[in-house]
Amino acid sequence: MESGIGHIISQRKGDPMKPGIRWGLVIFITPVLVWLTVLILLPQVDMFIMSIRAKNELGEMVFSIGNFKLFFLEPIYWRTFARTAIFSILVTFLTFLITMPIAFYITKVVSPKFQGFLSVLILMPFWVSELVRVYGWMILLRESGVINHFLIKFGLLNKPIEMLYNDATMIMGLVYTSMLFMLVPLLSALESLDNSLIEAAYDLGGSVWSIATRIVIPHCLPGIVSGSIVVFMLTLGNYLTPNLMGGKNGLWFTEQIYNQFIASFNWNQGSAFGFLLLILSSGIIWMGLKLTKQTLGKVVQ
Amino acid sequence: MHTDLSVINVIKKFQDFTAVDSVSFDVEKGKFFSILGPSGCGKTTLLRMISGFFEPSSGTIEINGKNMAGIPPNKRPVNLIFQNLALFPMMNVAENIAFGLERQKEKRSVIKTKTGEILERVGLPGFENKKVDQLSGGQRQRVAIARSLVLEPAVLLLDEPLGALDLKLREQMKIELKILQTQVGTTFVYITHDQSEALVMSDHVAVMNKGKFEQVDTPRNLYAKPLTPFVARFVGENNQWSARVTGLDHNPDRQTALIRTPEGNAFKTIMRDRLEPGDEIDLFLRPESIVLEPDSSIETLNRFTIIVKSILFDGANSRILAQLPESEREIQISLPQTGQFDYIQPGDRIEAGWSPESGISFLREKAIL
Repeated sequence: MESGIGHIISQRKGDPMKPGIRWGLVIFITPVLVWLTVLILLPQVDMFIMSIRAKNELGEMVFSIGNFKLFFLEPIYWRTFARTAIFSILVTFLTFLITMPIAFYITKVVSPKFQGFLSVLILMPFWVSELVRVYGWMILLRESGVINHFLIKFGLLNKPIEMLYNDATMIMGLVYTSMLFMLVPLLSALESLDNSLIEAAYDLGGSVWSIATRIVIPHCLPGIVSGSIVVFMLTLGNYLTPNLMGGKNGLWFTEQIYNQFIASFNWNQGSAFGFLLLILSSGIIWMGLKLTKQTLGKVVQ
Repeated sequence: MHTDLSVINVIKKFQDFTAVDSVSFDVEKGKFFSILGPSGCGKTTLLRMISGFFEPSSGTIEINGKNMAGIPPNKRPVNLIFQNLALFPMMNVAENIAFGLERQKEKRSVIKTKTGEILERVGLPGFENKKVDQLSGGQRQRVAIARSLVLEPAVLLLDEPLGALDLKLREQMKIELKILQTQVGTTFVYITHDQSEALVMSDHVAVMNKGKFEQVDTPRNLYAKPLTPFVARFVGENNQWSARVTGLDHNPDRQTALIRTPEGNAFKTIMRDRLEPGDEIDLFLRPESIVLEPDSSIETLNRFTIIVKSILFDGANSRILAQLPESEREIQISLPQTGQFDYIQPGDRIEAGWSPESGISFLREKAIL
């Protein structure tokens, strides 16, 4: 947004032949600025103001950092927070591990006429809403579900087991939900990888492992990082899947925020939590970019 | 002499299409062997079979006397220089060269010295830390060669590596590549569609057409004694002329045929194939084997009249584009830039001649008729 304004000004400075403001640019940029200000910046500012206010003994709203203090004093909050962060990173990594071979198979192994077909096949589940997909998993996995039914029928189990409501199932659900968002950037990154580079590495004595780690992954790094950012943010902010598939004692931080806003009706506390989540996701993405030596500008291209 | 590479009766079929058809050849150690052919003749397929990316449908490929069947590219003692060079853009020059050495589990210190040495050898000392995209076309070329040569392969395969360079650089790289090959003594198998590259650099050249080898010979013999009409047409410039054999001249030294062209010229030419009177032949004449305004004292010369159509000036390679009187047939004749023929102007009617020894004649293939 600021760079947008800077652009207009620098254009004026840089071009002495046109001293006036470039109206074409202003017309195109105004809706974006309005959208960013009204729908993103203002609510965030309001949230921030709310988060640093709390009721005093007399029931008046005053400035306070109590909302943030409570987060650190109450173990349930920061533990859920840390758990959400670690699981989100794990989900992102697992999604990458599963998606990378699929993307490689679609772009480099399959004959070109099947590439489109396979991509559509992967896209298809995303035509239905996330809620329906999660319920689909629940129908498969629950105690009286399809998988249990067949396991018992074939004599592999004596009595049905509960496959839902644990961390493993929740992670599986989250990975499934995010796969497409990793696959699309990986497909386009691999598409731009020249096949002869892979062949040259193979010819020079490279093994599958060394070709993957020295040639394919370095080439795809911008795609991997951009896919990871999207998957990480979606997972961190996911409410539906952890709530429906996760166990009762495996809370997700979004559920804590929801509880504060809806159950406790403590909007100030909820705002503080929301802010903490924003800081967390920004911090981890910043760290990820530093570790992979990428810049946001390069990754979002 | 030790044979580094043997290709024995190799056939490669893609469904119904036979890309490489019963090709056999041997390359001796330290030789520069070229495979010359038009695009789509199957030369790249052949090279990819030697490097291991394709398995032959039948036949054997031996490197250093060892059968290569079933051995993947990363386990073969050959390296391939790709058409687009395929340098790794994510690595610098030193890392590119070290890639293969690292796969051979060499020590870091050894890799460092070998990288330095090979860069020196290809004329790029101190280029270790350059990025690939900072290099010029010729430098990339050398890095690609260094990356393969550092592994000391038994055979280095080159897939038209000079194709992307501009003409001037290509001429220069041709000579450098030949010198480098002589210095390192590695066996080179080079494929190209550019006959000049093949002729300048190679010890032996195989001319390939439609999946088959037409002729394997030294560059000089390919040029002077082509075995098939395709080789005569493809290697060097040639004037093609159809003619009919009218008689034979039985000479104790050599057999000469008396021939007559559709334009009515009567010539003598030495025979390569056994010819009978009445046979239709294709006669090939190099532009430089036709003499302008020959001395009238040379009796054996075939003489004919031409009308100069235009002068194609190209320095030492200048030509006259001429026509036969009352005919559409065009002939190219070398025009020596010695000043001797500067008076020739388009429209002039002059005499030309060629000696029966320089004529290359083939029995006309019936299928073409």
